[in-house]
Amino acid sequence: MPLFITKRMETAIEIKGLKKSFGDNEVLKDINLTVEKGENLVVLGRSGEGKSVTIKCIVGLLVPDDGTLNVLGHEVTQLNEDELDELRKKIGFLFQQAALYDSMTVGENLAFPLSRVLDMKDKNEIHEKVMDMLGNVGLEDAADKMPSSLSGGMKKRIGLARTLIVQPEIVLYDEPTTGLDPITSREISELILQMQKKYKTTSIIITHDMECARITADRIVVMSDGKYIAEGTFDSLQKHEDPFIRSFFNA
Amino acid sequence: MFKKLLDKQSPLLETTGNIWYFLTGFFKNTFTRGFEWEEFVKQCYFIGYKSLGIVIVTGFVLGFVLTLQTQPTLKDFGAENYVPSMVSISVVREIGPVITSLICAGKIASGIGAELGSMRVTEQIDAMEVSGANATQYLVVTRVLACTLMIPLLAFFADTMALVGGFVGMNISGSMSMTLYFNKAISSLVFSDLVPATIKTVFFGFVIGFVGCYNGYNSKRGTESVGHAANKAVVAASITIILIDAIAVQLTNAFVYN
Ligand SMILES: Nc1ncnc2c1ncn2[C@@H]1O[C@H](COP(=O)(O)OP(=O)(O)OP(=O)(O)O)[C@@H](O)[C@H]1O
Ligand SMILES: [Mg+2]
Repeated sequence: MPLFITKRMETAIEIKGLKKSFGDNEVLKDINLTVEKGENLVVLGRSGEGKSVTIKCIVGLLVPDDGTLNVLGHEVTQLNEDELDELRKKIGFLFQQAALYDSMTVGENLAFPLSRVLDMKDKNEIHEKVMDMLGNVGLEDAADKMPSSLSGGMKKRIGLARTLIVQPEIVLYDEPTTGLDPITSREISELILQMQKKYKTTSIIITHDMECARITADRIVVMSDGKYIAEGTFDSLQKHEDPFIRSFFNA
Repeated sequence: MFKKLLDKQSPLLETTGNIWYFLTGFFKNTFTRGFEWEEFVKQCYFIGYKSLGIVIVTGFVLGFVLTLQTQPTLKDFGAENYVPSMVSISVVREIGPVITSLICAGKIASGIGAELGSMRVTEQIDAMEVSGANATQYLVVTRVLACTLMIPLLAFFADTMALVGGFVGMNISGSMSMTLYFNKAISSLVFSDLVPATIKTVFFGFVIGFVGCYNGYNSKRGTESVGHAANKAVVAASITIILIDAIAVQLTNAFVYN
């Protein structure tokens, strides 16, 4: 795979002039964003703004109408299928609705990427890693359950475990704590922080949960009308002059 | 003007393009490293074993009814002895493969369409693709190959049961010993009856798996599209089976029986 070396190798994701419409619905109008390696970026914005659409463009699930999308030195829209697969192996994606494979048990869900993405063969090793990861999200005894028998919050945690188990370089979290009780939410936020500290993971975290934003964010961007309208640390945005931006923080 | 014509045709062209793309994807991923044996065996079990019941019942009834309906006519001509041959030849050459495949189109193609459709709607397929795992290899290749293998086997069971049904039918209105019946039925079959019929069912099986997967895998967003996917899979698979059968009959007539 050719390596397009960018000017700054410490940049993990660089988006310029990203546009995406669905029919007449202009969702992304002009998205510009740079995420440094090892950085936790939180994205705030109202429902239906296109936050999920943005991160789906990053992994090539949706094809943008215009703009450039550079991820780990690769221009996503220019990659062929095999190259895209290779890049995707380095990116974790937590779906808003967890998207667990419902024909498999929880344990099989977690083992699935281990044997296929990391090429792990040893059954014992896989089992050990699965149990270890289930421990991280506090659900060791769910290994043999089917996803349909789990609560929404449990599904979310399993989805998180399945995403993180391959230790991706970049993780895109789509509302990791929504629908969880405050205690679990906090634990998940701490887990995200831990991933960053331990594995130097780069993350984009979409959230409506300000506690999660406060714990995890190095930097926050606020999305409105298909663009990012503000950027800064948690503290600086909390005191922002624009009341719309402040309103996210004193919910 | 040409542009206008092309625009009108474009949905058709687009569909053809999509099907071609899916087909090449299937073949490419069939021969890629990492064949999913475990999932393939599981699908064979689901597709084959779980359809055995309906196929056996249908086969039996087919042979039974066929016998009851033809026996009186043949009897008038004093040709009652030809009933077993008539049943076996018509069932093995034509009715067995086609009816089995149409039933499986209804049961299996719709099942695959609905299953993959709901996986698409709930973003499970997206999740698989995004993880860098080979979703086509895991979901599509296994199901299509399982159908290609299992439908001919199911057709074989249906054929056998049709002969049994015919035997029961014979003994309701007349009487014929089991040995005589099966001797007559089987001796009238030749190699050139079995081979084209088997090749045909291999294609039918492929069509059932492929059409089911294509419609499910490419289904749109929203819950109602799961139903659409299942529905379209049944209709498209049935029509394709009948078309292939029409061509297959011409081919065998031209190359095998003359
Ligand atoms: N595949 C698609 N096809 C058509 N429209 C889509 C598609 N995906 C998203 N949209 C539309 O794009 C807009 C943005 O959706 P998106 O899911 O990105 O919102 P969001 O910012 O993530 O909101 P939420 O916080 O509720 O998750 C919505 O109007 C949605 O209807
Ligand atoms: Mg969203």
